Amino acid sequence: MSKERVSRRQFLSYTLTGVGGFMAAGMLMPMVRFAVDPVLKAEAGGDFIATPKKVSELTDEPVRVDFTFKQKDAWYESDVTESAWVYKDGDKIIALSPVCKHLGCTVNWNSDKEHPEQFFCPCHYGRYTKDGTNIPGTPPLHPLDVYPYKEKDGFLYLGKAKPRKEA
Amino acid sequence: MLNKIYDWVDERLDITPMWRDIADHEVPEHVNPAHHFSAFVYCFGGLTFFVTVIQILSGMFLTMYYVPDIKNAWESVFYLQNQVAFGQIVRGMHHWGASLVLVMMFLHTLRVFFQGAYKKPRELNWIVGVLIFFVMLGLGFTGYLLPWDMKALFATKVGLQIAEATPFIGSYVKILLSGHETIVGAQTLTRFFAIHVFFLPGVLFGLMAAHFVMIRRQGISGPL
Repeated sequence: MSKERVSRRQFLSYTLTGVGGFMAAGMLMPMVRFAVDPVLKAEAGGDFIATPKKVSELTDEPVRVDFTFKQKDAWYESDVTESAWVYKDGDKIIALSPVCKHLGCTVNWNSDKEHPEQFFCPCHYGRYTKDGTNIPGTPPLHPLDVYPYKEKDGFLYLGKAKPRKEA
Repeated sequence: MLNKIYDWVDERLDITPMWRDIADHEVPEHVNPAHHFSAFVYCFGGLTFFVTVIQILSGMFLTMYYVPDIKNAWESVFYLQNQVAFGQIVRGMHHWGASLVLVMMFLHTLRVFFQGAYKKPRELNWIVGVLIFFVMLGLGFTGYLLPWDMKALFATKVGLQIAEATPFIGSYVKILLSGHETIVGAQTLTRFFAIHVFFLPGVLFGLMAAHFVMIRRQGISGPL
């Protein structure tokens, strides 16, 4: 036992605060966990999605490939269409996300007359080279995301776009 | 640490008197269950308030997922109850709490009635209490429709016909509530949501404030 005596008033105030805190936590914990649930939801594994593009049709010139998939947004299911810029680099296929790494606008291939053969974002004049590397001095700070790809029955399948580290 | 923050604020804003007005007041012996166990009957008003606080909190959290729209209402309730962590608990708190508020309020009313605590000078507080009772019934009625299941729909159709039975103004009251002459549908649901989440709680806060200010002004009625 310590020498410090706990007064009756202190004891009551500690126990009442403790019990009250416990009850308040019991009430609030479910609500808070309920509210933060989207943050803690496990991310669904990325399935490969079929695109209407035949791999044999791809050239070394980037083309826009639109693909549609079923998106489940809580209680709402819908068909969502996204796109990719796809070209052949030797044997490899490069599929780049069109989402600008600056603020998320959509980039276009070869649409800026002053800077041909580049990806161009019209929002803030962000530019990327053909392999998706951001050009220093333009707003984007990271290269365009890359889709993992698969070939199946001659058609191109794309996974979930992944960010690249190098600047 | 907390004491220091309190002192810092208190030095500038002098909040101690406010705190004293709210929390520091005499509890007479005859209402203290530690002295007379039968004094627990005085707890029902406070319990009504406590459950009301739970209703407000759980309701606020439910609106993070709920959609007041005939296409999505049921789906969103199903989702929040079955897919979201603790959804069943939070919705359960709101569901059972709704009944519990009415039970506690009824017991509180019985206590005040049988002790004659409504008599002069407390008549006005009795009247405000009865108004709170009606607001709570309104909250129960409007909240019942929101899950948009069969039970909700048909209970509301019955409730609307009860409102329609009011002499002279009945049909107007009914249209005002349901938003359409004949259909109980999209407009009814949004109206009930607005009434349930904004209008009635607003009225409730005002009435509760009046209820509590009057208790503090008049004090708790004396022993029998």
